[in-house]
Amino acid sequence: MESRSTPNQFLRLGITLVILAVIGGGLIALLNGITGQACLNNLSSCLTNNGWNPGIAGFVPILLGVLGVATFPLLVTILLIWVERKFAARIQDRIGPNRVGPFGLIQPLADVLKLLTKEDITPTGADKPIYNLAPPFMVASVLLIWAVVPFTPYHYGVDLEIGAIYFVAVASIATLAVIMGGWASNNKYALLGAFRTVALLVSYEIPLAMALLVPVLLAGSMSMVGIVEAQGAMWFMFMAPIATLLFFISSQAEVGRAPFDLIEAESELIAGFNIEYSGMKFAMFFAGEFMHVFTNGVLMAILFTGGWWGPFAYEAPLLGFFYLMIKSSFWYFISLWVRNSLPRFRVDQVMNLNWKILVPISILNLIMMALMLRIALGFEQSAGIVVTDFFSALPRTGFLLIGNVVVLVVVWLWLGRQGRQQRQLEEMNRFSVTATGD
Amino acid sequence: MTNVLNEWAFIGVFFLLAPLLPSLPIAIAALISPRKPNAIKQATYECGLETVGDTWVQFKVQYYVFGLIFLVFDVEMVFLFPWALAYQQLDFFAFAAGLLFIFLLTDALFYAWGKNALEWS
Repeated sequence: MESRSTPNQFLRLGITLVILAVIGGGLIALLNGITGQACLNNLSSCLTNNGWNPGIAGFVPILLGVLGVATFPLLVTILLIWVERKFAARIQDRIGPNRVGPFGLIQPLADVLKLLTKEDITPTGADKPIYNLAPPFMVASVLLIWAVVPFTPYHYGVDLEIGAIYFVAVASIATLAVIMGGWASNNKYALLGAFRTVALLVSYEIPLAMALLVPVLLAGSMSMVGIVEAQGAMWFMFMAPIATLLFFISSQAEVGRAPFDLIEAESELIAGFNIEYSGMKFAMFFAGEFMHVFTNGVLMAILFTGGWWGPFAYEAPLLGFFYLMIKSSFWYFISLWVRNSLPRFRVDQVMNLNWKILVPISILNLIMMALMLRIALGFEQSAGIVVTDFFSALPRTGFLLIGNVVVLVVVWLWLGRQGRQQRQLEEMNRFSVTATGD
Repeated sequence: MTNVLNEWAFIGVFFLLAPLLPSLPIAIAALISPRKPNAIKQATYECGLETVGDTWVQFKVQYYVFGLIFLVFDVEMVFLFPWALAYQQLDFFAFAAGLLFIFLLTDALFYAWGKNALEWS
């Protein structure tokens, strides 16, 4: 058996190398053709002048842009795997990966090599096409978000006018991928995991989108570029702290991470929806998750903490990119910290938290923000203030903060009342139980 | 016009490439990884027990209820986005209209709450 499978394996290795060489060679030839013509500023017209077909010449910059935007998060993910493992290790008082390369930095690459040589097992009862489509879909849903991310004042994939809705639409493909994987695996644990996902991911999309409405409201724009530009005077985090918190909590739930990791509750469902996956397909689910956490950090940075805004961001775009990454990493680390510190919720607790607490708060918050923005606009009009810099944005921030405090007080009183009612109910139940027990 | 078309061409190319990029390592792995299937290896993994009955079973009705409530709110969101977008240019009436719209749906949420549709048990 061994001797018969060996030449076959060499043949397949050879085919792989040839494919990789063709892809690499094509990319190098393309880059050579472009840089040889030395006209990076207006690529398509330059290519047309050099005798290219105008249709193809217009297509090349788009293709290169897509490749650039899409490979960036994939490359970052390789580093993130190391960051995440090291961070989790430190919190749990371990050392973490430290053998492969300096500080274990090459560990992810070693993992990739190992995963490449792992056998891909498809269970007998699986629905093959859907089973195979699920992992790429998982990664694609996260990758697609990056199309609208503004990296610097001048560099972004595309400035869609409906960027916010695009984000909500594209992010829910992840739910689809989880359902596809869970359903097609023909495994009861996987299916149960997928069912929980329907409940969890779908529910938390509501506070997520409700919180997303607040930056749209404040910026008067749905494009991500417009939302970042509107934060030049004041970050939305200071105008709408409750919306920031809501978005953070629900994005943590959208990734399906602790304390919301019911999807793959290791101790209950073994691994949830991805139990039957192995090798590279399993790795893709995980890569998608790691990438999603960082993407959420980037979104928090863009929507609430001013994206690329910082000193000299306009003069030196690279600095703007640096600011964006710093802010994203800040939210990313908070997310990791939460993940490694909190225990898991029960299913009913997760549902209660969403439908009975987060959704009402997000509705109240949206109404309050709209009202306070109306009052602030009226005040600015009568006082003749035009919001251009930090100080002219202070009155508006003040009004909106008052709105936030009102929401907080209402929520505080309401939760307190609910808690008292609950305790009373439990007290009564305990009383009746002892009465019948005697 | 061409600008808008270019933007959507970008999204279109992205939609085609985004599933392809993660498929590439999977394809490479499929080519170089060993392939020695057997019946026991490919059996459904349920903690070592043999799987009993059909996997695609009936499930809790609660999932449907949450799905329905979600649908209501998701549609609401689609209408709220344009409202939020144009809000700063509109007068006080827009706030009242938005309030009424949100109120109607919040009412539905509290109705579902009162009917115990939000209980998980």
